[in-house]
Amino acid sequence: MEKLIVSSSPHIRSSVTTRRLMADVLIALVPATVAAVVLFGLSAFVIIFACVATAVLSEYLFNLITKKKQTVGDLSAVVTGLLLALNIHADVPVWQCVIGAIFSIVVVKCLFGGLGCNFANPAITGRVFMLIAFSETGGGTMPVIGTDLVAGATPLESIGKILKGGSAALPSIGDMFLGLRGGAMGETCAVALLLGFVYLVARRVIDWYVPATFVGTVFLFSLCVTGDPLLSLYEILAGGLLIGAIFMATDYVTGPINKLGRVVFAFGCGIITCLIRFFGAYPEGVSFAILFMNILSPYIEKWTAKRPLGGTRK
Amino acid sequence: MNMPFFKLGKTRLPHRKSTAHSRAVRMTPPAEVLIPLSQHIGAPAVPIVKVGESVKVGQKIAEAAGYVSSPIYASVSGTVAKIEPYLTSAGRTVDAIRITSDGAMTPAEGITPPVVSDFDAFSAAVRESGLVGLGGAGFPTQVKLDAVKKGLIDTVIINAAECEPYITSDTHTMLFESGYVFRGMKLLMSYVPAKEFLIGIEKNKPDAIAKMEEIFSSEEKVRVVPLPDTYPQGGEKILIYNTTGRIVPEGKLPADVGALVINITSLAFLAKYFETGMPLVEKCVTVDGSAVKDPKNVIVPVGAKIGDVIDFAGGTSKPVGKILLGGPMMGVAVCSPLEPVMKTTNAITVFDTRDAKLPESTACIHCGRCVDNCPMHLNPTLYARAMNVEDAADRAARLEEAKINLCIECGSCSYVCPAKRPLVATNRLAKSDLREYKAHLDTLK
Repeated sequence: MEKLIVSSSPHIRSSVTTRRLMADVLIALVPATVAAVVLFGLSAFVIIFACVATAVLSEYLFNLITKKKQTVGDLSAVVTGLLLALNIHADVPVWQCVIGAIFSIVVVKCLFGGLGCNFANPAITGRVFMLIAFSETGGGTMPVIGTDLVAGATPLESIGKILKGGSAALPSIGDMFLGLRGGAMGETCAVALLLGFVYLVARRVIDWYVPATFVGTVFLFSLCVTGDPLLSLYEILAGGLLIGAIFMATDYVTGPINKLGRVVFAFGCGIITCLIRFFGAYPEGVSFAILFMNILSPYIEKWTAKRPLGGTRK
Repeated sequence: MNMPFFKLGKTRLPHRKSTAHSRAVRMTPPAEVLIPLSQHIGAPAVPIVKVGESVKVGQKIAEAAGYVSSPIYASVSGTVAKIEPYLTSAGRTVDAIRITSDGAMTPAEGITPPVVSDFDAFSAAVRESGLVGLGGAGFPTQVKLDAVKKGLIDTVIINAAECEPYITSDTHTMLFESGYVFRGMKLLMSYVPAKEFLIGIEKNKPDAIAKMEEIFSSEEKVRVVPLPDTYPQGGEKILIYNTTGRIVPEGKLPADVGALVINITSLAFLAKYFETGMPLVEKCVTVDGSAVKDPKNVIVPVGAKIGDVIDFAGGTSKPVGKILLGGPMMGVAVCSPLEPVMKTTNAITVFDTRDAKLPESTACIHCGRCVDNCPMHLNPTLYARAMNVEDAADRAARLEEAKINLCIECGSCSYVCPAKRPLVATNRLAKSDLREYKAHLDTLK
């Protein structure tokens, strides 16, 4: 009993670590990643590899150059790289993906102080950056499997035409679930994303009601606008809603810290998504919605904070 | 009775209460005891014995100093070897009396059950018993009884939650000393005109719940309230809310919401004291933890050295990395096995070097687990952020706005933090920072 450690209580800690949480997110993304490669082929694999490798390498080099403690071991850069890749269309040139990944990690995350200090979701911001910087590419990429697909338009664009009184063909609901439709490589396969959702909820990484609020808000809003339950179902399966609601709107760092705040955050995401989808210039609004709510997050957190037990107001 | 629908305290901890069903063993008299004179909240007691004087078990060796204080009694028979300064875990230096034991444990003469007939005499006897809150806080019990006299109390809550991992000394009281619990309750019922007497027990102790329901089945005013098996059910404010739905306002006491909270072992002690007259000189202590060879409950004289208690309990099976007075959530890590057992000690937790290892702290990822698990509905990240503010006035304002003083230091936030941030340690630092700032302002006045 010579050397006793003396430290502040508590003296036991839960087994949950940042690294384990990130690993859980990666595991939850496995079905969507596999689906992306199956649906979109080799180019999907190349983009995923490029994004993850670039994300990890840029964080590693940033820490090295700025003489900060190495943080790539927490796996958060892997998550960012993978999420970014899954949000990219499979026909985007790899060099653009590399720039997007560097932007996500260096500009959005590292320059703000690294994990936990960024105010905007790195993957989302990277995607929006790429959308604006390289606007001539991306959009409407079709899976390499499946034969009866209408090339050139995503379901959201088709719905837009239908709502304007025109006619456009939509994939069947079954194809929508399986991901046999145009879109970013990781967003199309609803089944794979829902598997990830179930895993994250079961592992208590995310709360089920945050994605549910986001998706539910979009469904109800769409129902009000279209008056058509089937079209509203298409709305929630189309675009990047599921991947956004399950994996991006639940990002700890860039959302409110409290549960009520997260619900308000998700509700706001749903509203803005629909406003952009139905009334904006872009066919899809999930990324912009999450990015905008990221900015509002500190205020939501303040407005929705629980009152301390027995706390008196001055 | 408004039982809240949502109960407070939701941290899931391992229970590890392996000693729950074994009867405690009485420690053989140690060669020496060291009795600090501050084993309670309030003023340290003042020694009334001299070096070289011989003392017997139950003999008063230090007198309560002032109103919020408590007398202290010799826990072994022997000779006063030394009266020396002792540094408490709170950082205060107080006197401590070192007694060399003669091994005989001779009781002091004139120890007879107190004769009381009215509330004032009862309260005075409780003060003389040396009883302080045995749950760990060490608030002199008789001071709590004042609220009874003022007519404030309508509900008595017996704290038998025992929510910390490992600790089973209260469970031991309920299972093996239920007679004392019953008679202690009857005693309290005869002097405290409360409408209800609640016993809060965590659901992870079904046998203790059953035992208490059985012995109090004929008492209409007594009700056993099973509590969730999530931490920290035994926190006073949490217990009051979860059993009565009442919220103790900031800066107020349980009495302000009509509640008197007494630990179950304190209750059993009251019965013992009023039957024998022997003041508080021994404690049932759970000796457990990853380094302990044979975990058990031990009845220990107050002032026995931790190392002696561990040796008596069977020693350790692995190299020791950390010793705690108390459980792993709120216990105090001691720097030496020569530290003594106090009146408020209910466990000695001994960790091997692996469990003692401190986790590496990484950046906060804003996951919200600390906020979600805080039983007081606080946001611990605000304190960490405030402590990074350089301007003292701004820092103090932020800490006050975020209600740092409501933190009960239960440890839930640090426990659940995936980044292993030292949140409770920061809160303690923040509290003392705010205190210092306010003291500084006072000097300017």
